Amino acid sequence: MTATTLFDKIWSEHVVVPETDDTPAVFYIDLHLIHEVTTPQAFSLLREKGLPVRRPDLTLATMDHSTPTTPVNSLKDLAIVGPNAERQILQMQNNCEDFGIDLLGFDSDSRGIVHVIGPELGATQPGKTIVCGDSHTSTHGAFGAFAFGIGTTEIGHVLATQCLLQRKPKSLAINVEGQIPDGVTAKDLILAIIGQIGVNGGTGHVIEYRGSAIRQLDMEARMTICNMSIEAGARAGMIAPDEVTFEYLKGRPRSPSGEEWDAAVERWKALKSDEGAVFDKEVTIDASTLQPMVTFGTNPGMVVGINEPVPEQADDENFDKALRYMQVDAGKPLIDKAVDIVFVGSCTNSRLSDLELTASILDGNKVADGVRMMIVPGSQQVKQEAEAAGLDKIFEAAGAEWRESGCSMCLGMNGDTVPSGQLSVSTSNRNFEGRQGIGARTILASPATAAAAAVAGKIVDPRIFLRSPV
Amino acid sequence: MSNKLITSKTVVLPAKDIDTDQIIPARFLTTTTREGLGEGLFRDLRFGKDDEPVADFPLNQPETQGSQVLVGGNNFGCGSSREHAPWALLDYGFRAVISTEIADIFRNNSLKNGLLPIIVDEETHAWLIANPGAEVTVDIVASTLTLPNGQSVTYPIDAFARYCLIEGTDQLGFLQSHLEAIEGFEERRTWTP
Ligand code: SF4
Repeated sequence: MTATTLFDKIWSEHVVVPETDDTPAVFYIDLHLIHEVTTPQAFSLLREKGLPVRRPDLTLATMDHSTPTTPVNSLKDLAIVGPNAERQILQMQNNCEDFGIDLLGFDSDSRGIVHVIGPELGATQPGKTIVCGDSHTSTHGAFGAFAFGIGTTEIGHVLATQCLLQRKPKSLAINVEGQIPDGVTAKDLILAIIGQIGVNGGTGHVIEYRGSAIRQLDMEARMTICNMSIEAGARAGMIAPDEVTFEYLKGRPRSPSGEEWDAAVERWKALKSDEGAVFDKEVTIDASTLQPMVTFGTNPGMVVGINEPVPEQADDENFDKALRYMQVDAGKPLIDKAVDIVFVGSCTNSRLSDLELTASILDGNKVADGVRMMIVPGSQQVKQEAEAAGLDKIFEAAGAEWRESGCSMCLGMNGDTVPSGQLSVSTSNRNFEGRQGIGARTILASPATAAAAAVAGKIVDPRIFLRSPV
Repeated sequence: MSNKLITSKTVVLPAKDIDTDQIIPARFLTTTTREGLGEGLFRDLRFGKDDEPVADFPLNQPETQGSQVLVGGNNFGCGSSREHAPWALLDYGFRAVISTEIADIFRNNSLKNGLLPIIVDEETHAWLIANPGAEVTVDIVASTLTLPNGQSVTYPIDAFARYCLIEGTDQLGFLQSHLEAIEGFEERRTWTP
């Protein structure tokens, strides 16, 4: 038997009709996640053609992108920004009702960012194929699923047939070996990887993250890594499931239970790349030399270690333009740069461990004068857990805003935006020009670096806040 | 006008890594239809703070009006999966995008809507970038791009995607024709998702 990769195994198990030179494969989808922004036109198509949703039982809906995050006493009181967003949200409710789809809607305690709630509910499982009209669907690959973003036309295809037309992508192994140093997080690791392979380094490939440093990470950190695979241009990112994965999934509402659980774990244990499996490309990263990372430009690959100078690049107009937009100087580190806004949130870094890390730095400190800090939990459940642990009190005492869950300032389509020209340190995943608001300047970083910047009022090495071990 | 040939002057946006947030900013995504998105195309590059057109942005120059072919820098269409990006380009009037590399999801979304993603070698690309407004011809049947000097380059395209573009095949219909196989697959499975 030839040695195969984790991805090969999941791929071949889901091929309904194999690909030929002339036609792509008909490929089966186990879980279809949908949200309000990319689905309206797909449902319109179904209505036009008089088609039902073929497997509503494999479809799960939520609302996250354009939902407000202003704190309210009851979720029913949330006020939507603008008539268009309101129309979109109403349509989502109608579509789910008409087509018999489970909607974790406005007043649901399980609502949240689609990539946070899938795993939280146990709907995300090893070996599944998962799609969503959202590029950060790669997040779910942390569980050893093959998960990828699709467009609205393809959403229509999955709704109508539970299948997609696909060509098999290539494979890329990223081996991360060694011990990640104290004060360095999964976010720093993935930013370093993108810095190394480039924003198109993964184009056409599915990444498998492997090696001793990856095995040491908990599930939330693994999700942060897989989440940003798309920022390297990859189709998907994945990590083979292990005991850490099973432990996380056990007892979740949509996880298998009883005998089914045992059978599932048996099946999941086989989901790994065989010894000697061949990847189309391989990259090795030494984790022990990593440091906190910050982006200095207008894509996630323009990134440096916190104490390193912004590189100089002669005769590159794109590069110069990015530096001008960001108002940073080549040859100097970002340290001491004054910040205006700090955002902790998004599907990259809005889970409980991210909030705990943020709180550990804010505890006993104050957000610097003139800095606005927003902390937006990834889901209502994360919010409840954080409040049960008293984190909200720490945030409020420090002068940070503690909000309802949603995408919020990650893409600024719900009214949470960074004013033009202001500098934001953000735990999200895209520092594109204008992503967080027209003229907004974004530095991507870990929750630790973000919290440290909020307290200092400027970019600092977060390791100065590390509590010495007791 | 044949729908298998596109003859047009090019518009050139030389920047690398033009992402879908730039092609269509998030605030235009609250729409529930496909129409009218051309208005939001490159909105924050085309217009300044007070909604004044940015004079030196190529799409604002009179000679680029009516152009159907856009030449972009490497890694065009990266970032968000929003299909609103090809919808906006099509609504504005573009029918083809040329670059040395085009991001996966954007390329897929484009093909599904009849916007042709064309990958060319660096030399051809460099020439196109240096010669904005050049009149080029794209032959969808032959998969070639012809430059003003008569030189033709063949571009790669998935055979099925090309077939669908030429025949106007509905991909959903193609999937539905495999319904029996899909049902068989579901019955055969040893585990249920
Ligand atoms: S948090 Fe940001 S990146 Fe994640 S799904 Fe929402 S908008 Fe997309």
